Formats: sequence, C-alpha cells, structure tokens
Amino acid sequence: MDLNFSDEEEAFRAEVQSFIKQKLPAELAAKLKLGGAPSKAELEQWHSLLNERGWLVHHWPQEYGGAGWSPVQAFIFDLECRLAYAPAIVPFGVSMLAPVLIKYGSDAQKKHWLPRIVDGSDWWCQGYSEPGAGSDLAAVKTSAIRQGDHYIVNGQKTWTTLAHFANMIFCLVRTATEGKRQQGISFLLMDMKAPGVEIKPIITIEGGHEVNEVFFTDVKVPVENLVGEENNGWTYAKYLLTYERTNIAGVGSSIAALLALKQAAKQRKINGRPLSDDPYFAARIARVEIDLENMKTTNLRVLADVAAGAAPGAESSLLKIKGTEIRQQLTSLMRRAMGAHAIPYFPEADGIGFNGPNVGPQNALHAAEEYFNFRKLSIFGGSNEIQKNIVAKMMLGL
Amino acid sequence: MEVLSQDNQMLHDSARRYLADHQPVAAFRKLQAETTDLAYDLSAFEQMSELGWMGLILPEKYGGSAFGYRAAGLIAQQLGRNLTALPFTSTAIMAATIMAAAGDAMLAQWGEQIATGKCVMALAHDETTKHQLNPLDASVLAATAIATEQGYRLSGKKQFIIDGYKADRLIITATLDGELALFCVATATDNLQIDKQILMDNRNCATAKFNNLILPKTDLIVQGEMAQNILSKALSAGRAIVAAEQVGIAKEVAARTLDYLNTRKQFGVVIGSFQALQHRAADLYCQIELTASLVATALNALDNEADEAEKLSRAAKAKADRLGKYATEESVQMHGGIGMTNELDLGLFMKRNRVLSEFLGDYACHANWLLADRNI
Repeated sequence: MDLNFSDEEEAFRAEVQSFIKQKLPAELAAKLKLGGAPSKAELEQWHSLLNERGWLVHHWPQEYGGAGWSPVQAFIFDLECRLAYAPAIVPFGVSMLAPVLIKYGSDAQKKHWLPRIVDGSDWWCQGYSEPGAGSDLAAVKTSAIRQGDHYIVNGQKTWTTLAHFANMIFCLVRTATEGKRQQGISFLLMDMKAPGVEIKPIITIEGGHEVNEVFFTDVKVPVENLVGEENNGWTYAKYLLTYERTNIAGVGSSIAALLALKQAAKQRKINGRPLSDDPYFAARIARVEIDLENMKTTNLRVLADVAAGAAPGAESSLLKIKGTEIRQQLTSLMRRAMGAHAIPYFPEADGIGFNGPNVGPQNALHAAEEYFNFRKLSIFGGSNEIQKNIVAKMMLGL
Repeated sequence: MEVLSQDNQMLHDSARRYLADHQPVAAFRKLQAETTDLAYDLSAFEQMSELGWMGLILPEKYGGSAFGYRAAGLIAQQLGRNLTALPFTSTAIMAATIMAAAGDAMLAQWGEQIATGKCVMALAHDETTKHQLNPLDASVLAATAIATEQGYRLSGKKQFIIDGYKADRLIITATLDGELALFCVATATDNLQIDKQILMDNRNCATAKFNNLILPKTDLIVQGEMAQNILSKALSAGRAIVAAEQVGIAKEVAARTLDYLNTRKQFGVVIGSFQALQHRAADLYCQIELTASLVATALNALDNEADEAEKLSRAAKAKADRLGKYATEESVQMHGGIGMTNELDLGLFMKRNRVLSEFLGDYACHANWLLADRNI
C-alpha cells in the first residue's frame, strides 16, 4: 500500500516510530499482536506515556493541550501505533466527551474535567444505549428528576463498554416527557461510585467481557454535572456521535490487519503452495486492499474538511459503514487464511505464555475470536442500517 | 418448501418433534456447561438409535432402514436446527457408507453395530489442518501401513477426526504398498493415542497418533482403487450431509431472526416493518431455499449413485459454507447488540457453522476443485 507522504510527513513518521520504539513495552505489543486484550493498568500506562509526550489529546484545540497536528499527522500517528501493536487510545474521555465539553461545557466544567481526562484521574464510559433504545436512541427512558441541587437518576443503560474500568459515565437521561422525544433529553456526568449504581457484565459470543449493563437506582447527581442546557442533550449527543463514527473507520487498524493478512497468506501452505498463490484468495485480498486504499483517501479528505473548520457531519456515517465493512472483511479473510487452525478453542490460551497444545501459528487462536468479536463493528456506534438512514436523510434529502 | 415423499415427511416430522421436546439448544448448553468427557448425551444417542436414525442408509438386511441419503439429510437439518450433538455424520453417514460400499462381509460385521448405536466410528483421514484438494491421492498421506505375517503395522498422525474422541473404532487411512488403504481400528488398542481436540463447537473432535500399531488382518477394510472409490463416496456423503446440517442452522437462525423482527420495537413500530430489513430477510430466505435445493440434489445423486454425486456434493458444501456464514452474520446483525451476547444462542450456531465449514473442505477447497474440473 503506497502511503505517499511528503518529506516533512516522513520525518514526523520517523519521530513517531522512534517514540513508540523507545516507550511501548515490548511484552505489551507482543501480547496485542497475538490478539490479547490490554489490561486496565496497561492502558493507563500507555495513556500516561503518550501524555508525557503531549500526544494523548493531540486532536484537542491547542489551548486545551492539543498537539496542533494536521489531519495527515494524526493519521500517521494512528497508523504507526497500529502497525506497532500499541493499545488504542480509550476514546470515551479523550475523543468523545472532551469535544462535547470543549464546545458545550461551562468554563468550570472544562477547567475541572479536561485536565482529569488528560492525566488519567477519570476513566469515562458512555451511557447512551438502553434495552429499549438502541438504534432508536431518542427513546431513552432513564429519568433524571431535579430535586434542589441534584438530579435523581433511575433507569438502565446497556452495551456500556469498559464500564467495569470506569469511575465516571456520561449519560443521556430524560428530563422531560412532553413534546418531541428528542427535546426532553439531557446530558449528565455521573459518578460510577455513587450509591445506587450497579454494573453487570455482558459476555459476548466470543466469550469476552467488554460490555456491561449499568443500573441506576435513585442516584444523586449534582446539578453542576449537567452539560449545556437541560433538555438540549440530543444536540450534544449527536455532536459526540459524529466523532465516535469518524474514529470507527479504523483505517490504521485495517492497514495493520492487511499487512498481517498478507504475511499469513504467504506463510500458509495449502496443498504445498502458499495461500497467496491461490488466485481466488489473492483476488479477495486485492479487492479489500483497493477498498482500503480508497477508504484511506476518503478518511483523509473528511479529516481535512474538519481541520478547515467543518464539524464531521453525515460523512462520518460513510466512514463508519465502509470502514467497518473493510475491517470485517479483513478478519473474515484472516480467519479463512488460518483455516482449520482458527477453529480450535483454548480459552486459557489468551495472551502469551501459553504452552499447551498448539495446532497452528499462535495468532490463529485469535483469528476466530476476533472474527466473532468484530461482528459488533457493524452494530455499535449506531448500526450501519442507521448510518444509511442518516446518509439518505442528511446527504440525499430523502 | 421441499416436497417430500410420505415416508420422508413422517421421518422429518417425528425428528422435529423429538428434538424440540428432548434435545433443544438448552440441552446442548447443558452438555457444554457439564464439560463431560463425552460431548453428547448417551441416553439421547440410544433413543435416537432406536428411532432408526443411525441406520438410515444401511440395508434392511443389516439392521438399517434403507431410507437413503435424502432422508438422512432431513435428520441432519433438524440436528443443525437444535445444535444436537450426535455422532451422526461420522458414524451413520460416513462409516456406514464405507461399510455398505465395502461389501457384504463388512456389512455383516458392522452394519447392525452402527444401526443400533452400539459402535461409534470416526474417519481419521486429514493429516494437515486444511482438507486436501484431492483427498484420494495416496501420495499426500504420511500414514503408512506395512504388511506383516499376522496383519499390519500402522504408523502416522491424524487430526480433526470429527467424533473421534470416545469413538469405538477409527477408520484410518494409510498407504499400503503405495496404495490407499482403509483400516477399521479398535480405539482401545496399545500404541494408539487419541486426544481430544477442543474446537469452538464443543464436540468430540480428536487427534490420533500411532506408532507401530499392530493390527490383525481383519482390520483392513479395503485397499487400492476400490479404497479410493469407497473413500470418495464417503467424503461426498459426508459433505452433502454437513451441507444439510448447515442449511438447518441457516433456517433456524433465520426463523429466530424473523421472530425478532416481528417483536422488537424501535421508533414505535416493530422493526420488521422497515423495508430495509424486510429486504434483507427476503434475501436470506432466497439463499436458504437455493442452497436447500442444491443440497437435496446432491443427496438424491448419492441415492441414485449418479456419476455427478461428487461434483454436486462439493458444490453443495461450498454453497452451504457461504450460506452458513451469510445467515449467521445476518441474524446477528438484524438482532443488533443482543445478537452479540452469549446469552442468546446465535453465537452457538455461528460457532458450529464455522467448524462445519472447515470440515471436509471449505468454500475455497471446493471452488478450486470445481475450477480444476471445469474442462469436462
């Protein structure tokens, strides 16, 4: 894949590579390369290393600690992190809540919460979906009733990623039941350690624990934790979602996955010949590579528009739909490349140091797991069907 | 949609009722949780043998019912729909096919044993992790047999032996005098090490290692060109039956999805009222019916001993691989987040389907075979 960077960009790329080489713990990269999941401590350590260099919140405005990078620089940073198997930056505080606070938060909120995101004092999770409000997010029922200086919150959130690591949650809550549903929603910042908050794990089909149900029973939330205006949360929620979707395209991850796939296809022998010589398989790799190349330029185009001042709009839906399709294609091909290697099941083989019976390359154990887990990509962050509705409505006027 | 003979319709209906009552997906979950050594329910296996499912392709003279492969495919579909763990494809189909084709002596010895569920047999053929494009080619086999005065001495390694763990007999392929040979080997034998291979579908897959395994003369089933013909037939039968199980899986996840589309409400209406989802469900229906007819054609070809049985069974297996992937992925997608949870059964269907896709050759294996065969 030809990346066509300028000399300055190549110099920046070398700088990022050198930083990663010096700072990224080798055992952690080795674990992630084999498909393992980083622990909370490992994620916090990586955040802290990035923060020391001023790169954790690189995309924030410079006055709040941003690095002032061009979209291409941000892309290079992400790409190099993915190629080196560094952990992904946990997006909930850094990339989701922060843009909302910067645009809509009060000065006091910015002053209090933004530094805590930067230094890792708070681990945020996202309280959006509910059992009855998935694609139809505006149907949220979790209620927040004002009582003096507090809101009293009751209800349930679901699919809450890494809630079991978090001490804070930003929530969409219902503060009014009259009028249009969208007009009765508010955006609240809540303490996960407050009395009345309960977390239950959800185990997904590959056997992992990433997501949770979060229950609220008479949870007291100080009114100063309301972001923006009461009943105007839908506007902030949508603003946040466009950021979530831009990140979801995962071009850097896909480029790293494509390289790994090509390597696997060369190493894997079928009937005595490398799988990469199989014209059928080679054609499928070529097709996804073309789509990815195309996605990369499109993503950069959208990021350039954002840098020029436009908020990412419905274009982020395009990135989400097509970017996740490519990622699913790649895991599907990787799993195919591993063939029967990808069907044994060793729950105990997670991570490195597993010395049990092994029938194939070590990463084969995770090819299937990742294939199952990545079914989520076309569902979360607003299902791809919802994204198509957004494109039809916002871009096509249908 | 399939129009069945009266006998087959009755068989289908009784299998459907029996499995719904006694072996629903919950029974599989229970087995999974118990992590017993035997990954199927022994008493259920006995009952299903009594229902005659193990003898469907065996002649009546040897304890079977001679219903044939098309009928067996109906059972496989129902096993797929309920995720019922049963040594069906390995024993009732592949081993029975081998014995039936090997002649009366073998049938006399093994027919009734198989039909009554007294003997579980698994084919130990694959040595590489990918099913060979030309599995009948003896030159790619590393397992060898040497004739001795008393019988044979067998050495080699096999893997992905479906139902091979806790089987009574393994049908082991090896080269003998440079030719393909099939041996029916008792598993309780010195120098034969059988280990469980845990696959994501939680069944009884196994690996086997044998070094200077001493076999009596009577363990040789067949050798040479006839062994190739017999193995070919068994693999074709296995492929078509696996394809039928995958059709069953696709039908089940599609039915569950349809239920969900009719009950889940978003935006104040059931999500099945959205045209985008209606079209997806309709596409899924079309692919299921198309695949079901190809599988039925392949099974009929096996019943008629037609020349194109191998080609059709490979095409059916390839098509079912595509269908299984498509149907399980679509069902998860149309369920949304809830489809991703372990609590719902969709993931279990997805995992069983994954193993079946690899077993006896995946899409690429058969597509490449058909590609090589295109000049006929």
